[in-house]
Amino acid sequence: MHELSIAYSIVQAADQAAVEANIPHVDAVHLVLGALSGVVKEALLFSYDIATQGTRLEGSRLEIRENPVVVYCSTCQKEQTLPTIQRFRCPTCDTPCMDIRQGKELEIVGLEA
Amino acid sequence: MKPQLVELRTSVLSKNDHLAQQLRDRFAQAGVYVMNWVSSPGSGKTALLEATLTHLRERGFRVAALVGDLATENDALRLQRSGAPVRQIITAGICHLEANMVSVHLEGWTLADYDFLFIENVGNLVCPSSYDLGENCRVVLMSVTEGEDKPLKYPTMFNSADVVVMTKIDLAEACEFDRETARANIHEVCHDVQITETSAKRGMGLETWIDYLVNSRHAAVNE
Repeated sequence: MHELSIAYSIVQAADQAAVEANIPHVDAVHLVLGALSGVVKEALLFSYDIATQGTRLEGSRLEIRENPVVVYCSTCQKEQTLPTIQRFRCPTCDTPCMDIRQGKELEIVGLEA
Repeated sequence: MKPQLVELRTSVLSKNDHLAQQLRDRFAQAGVYVMNWVSSPGSGKTALLEATLTHLRERGFRVAALVGDLATENDALRLQRSGAPVRQIITAGICHLEANMVSVHLEGWTLADYDFLFIENVGNLVCPSSYDLGENCRVVLMSVTEGEDKPLKYPTMFNSADVVVMTKIDLAEACEFDRETARANIHEVCHDVQITETSAKRGMGLETWIDYLVNSRHAAVNE
């Protein structure tokens, strides 16, 4: 479980951004989490409360938007959303797809104050 | 009062990614081919690495290794028997290696003195997948004793593999391990990945494996 170290990285990055924006207390951090990020949402939420203690993020919410995996299908010639990460094939035509266009994100998109 | 919104676009792992890119540049400049080995605990990383170091040295290549472990130096001591320089990275409970740990443990080594650098990650098929170490190639190992569905249980890791090694292949029959099902499962999550089979103990598949390493290095490193 590496979610605690990820949570500390989030706090560090968000804290720095808050200092730069002159925000004394952060109410929420908005995060995008890809299905291939290797991070478990529940474990991250649990770790976040621990990592924010004693910082200007203490008591804030972690709002997570989960991104599914999107691949480019060379047969359909368009992007397709995968319903599962156990199968990297086009859900329409079954072509194997390894051109990943979305799903690896682990990104802070904004702060709420 | 309306909440104040501050837009940001920051990758949470940007520090690690930045450091990994610096390592990648250093590796390329030095002409050293770097592999990051990941697997679950007990799948035979250290055994295959010992055989790999020994075989590559016999073929005249200059090799070195960094090995990650939660608590002990056992792996480094074992690998040093190959005659190659080996350093242990003790993570003190952290379940994966990060780029800065690699960077710190390379201090004092001249990278240009090596053709190959192997980084044996902490035994874990989840956490190391998020951390780029600046490697050229990510090797995912799975032993036949772990079952054919390992790739489906850990798709994120297998999807990131450049090559998959099925280890302890001499035990396949005893474990009723179905190689074709395992191969199909690997290809479901990583279609174009190369798969190779080895038994470090019985010396099976090692020539093919070493050839693969030499060819991969040749394709990646400009000399």
